[in-house]
Amino acid sequence: MPFDSAYEAITEENDSQRWAFGTGFTDPLAGVDTNVPAGVDGADLAAYCLMLGDDALIMSHRLQQWLARAPELEEETALANIALDLLGQARLLLTRSGAAAAQQGRPVHTEDDFAFGRTERAFRNVRLAEGSDRDFAALMARLLVFSTWRLALLSHLRDSVDPVLAAVAANGVKELAYHRDYAAQWVIRLGDGTDFSRERMAAGLTAVAPLVPELFQPTEIETRLAAASVAVDPAALRPEFDAVLDTVLTEATLEWPDLPRLAAVSGQSGRDGVHTAEMGYLLAELQSVARAMPGATW
Amino acid sequence: MQATDLERAWEIAESVPDPELPMLTLGDLGILREISFDDGRLTVSLTPTYSGCPALAEMRAVVTGRLTKAGFTAVEVRTVLSPPWSSSMISADGRRKLAEAGIAPPRFVPMQQPSPVPLTLFSRGPVVECPACGSADTVRTAAFGGTACKDLYRCLACAEPFEHVKEI
Repeated sequence: MPFDSAYEAITEENDSQRWAFGTGFTDPLAGVDTNVPAGVDGADLAAYCLMLGDDALIMSHRLQQWLARAPELEEETALANIALDLLGQARLLLTRSGAAAAQQGRPVHTEDDFAFGRTERAFRNVRLAEGSDRDFAALMARLLVFSTWRLALLSHLRDSVDPVLAAVAANGVKELAYHRDYAAQWVIRLGDGTDFSRERMAAGLTAVAPLVPELFQPTEIETRLAAASVAVDPAALRPEFDAVLDTVLTEATLEWPDLPRLAAVSGQSGRDGVHTAEMGYLLAELQSVARAMPGATW
Repeated sequence: MQATDLERAWEIAESVPDPELPMLTLGDLGILREISFDDGRLTVSLTPTYSGCPALAEMRAVVTGRLTKAGFTAVEVRTVLSPPWSSSMISADGRRKLAEAGIAPPRFVPMQQPSPVPLTLFSRGPVVECPACGSADTVRTAAFGGTACKDLYRCLACAEPFEHVKEI
């Protein structure tokens, strides 16, 4: 069959809703049993999935901003792949959050409602995820920290009593192992490289270090859910995280900078919806099309 | 009669090509988990490969379209997340077709636990045989490729660059 456009050639089922390959955004949990398991607090579960989903969504957006900016085509491809994996995790987690909340009698929220319809204060990602990066080395420092932490978290989450969360974690672990490997290789290469690359890599670690303690600070929701075997207590992940960082940094001939943590604001930080100044700019870009054309589909 | 309809539905669904690896069918890829035919309603269960793989929406649409054209009036495609897909689920036929298309198939080593952090720079990556000449003298040139499921290699024997389906 002759085709007038490349899109028609690769999409067998064409209609006005799906004008190109991959645009048929359907519920990523279609057909999955999303009932909140007995004994699990649905409101807490919804809030927890929102935290983990926001971490992935915001980190993915920062990685996407590197497209057309990475030093080489191979690195750009890698960053795009990592961003896509995280976006996939975010879609599943935000959808899971919306389904759990709806069962508590709250209005139904889709993944798009969460991503494009919330204001800054409603985002629950850790502040590590939202920072922009001065250079590629700074991005690698942030990606190493993020993927090491999230890999440890999702590894434990595979045993969650919520089957949906456990399944999302089981898939995510395989993806994050590749992300961590990628970041670790670059941290070693740049750290144990030239004087200049080493200086940039050390500066990257300095930029990211104050944001690390927040990753291991449990919220009340996480503490309650961890006691019910739904969630993971982030504080318990610290030894595993430290061991991996220590191994990589030793090989990179770098030291972890001993810096004070980035202060919370009146005791509140990312998980409470209190973000750094950069978050507003990030959301302005992320939500611009959805806000300019509310309800549009594409 | 129902068994025949079910068999026909399997044949149609499993022969749908993967939009990103069109030499493979959903059957070859191992993502078609279950089909049930109950009271005139057909339910097809698919497992996503990578969390963000955009091909799933396409597969869902094509499966629904082909089954509807074949006369199944009520078709539902469901997502099944557990157990997660693994590259080990690609069939022997699928591996052969990949190699024939110049893409090295994944080895049979499902990654159950996070691997240790690699600390050796300039490592060649896991040993993958060149699909062009069969040599094992190959080197990984990039850990991420044009789709989520592939990385890039180069053969040192015949100098051919090639893609490889990653083990997950």
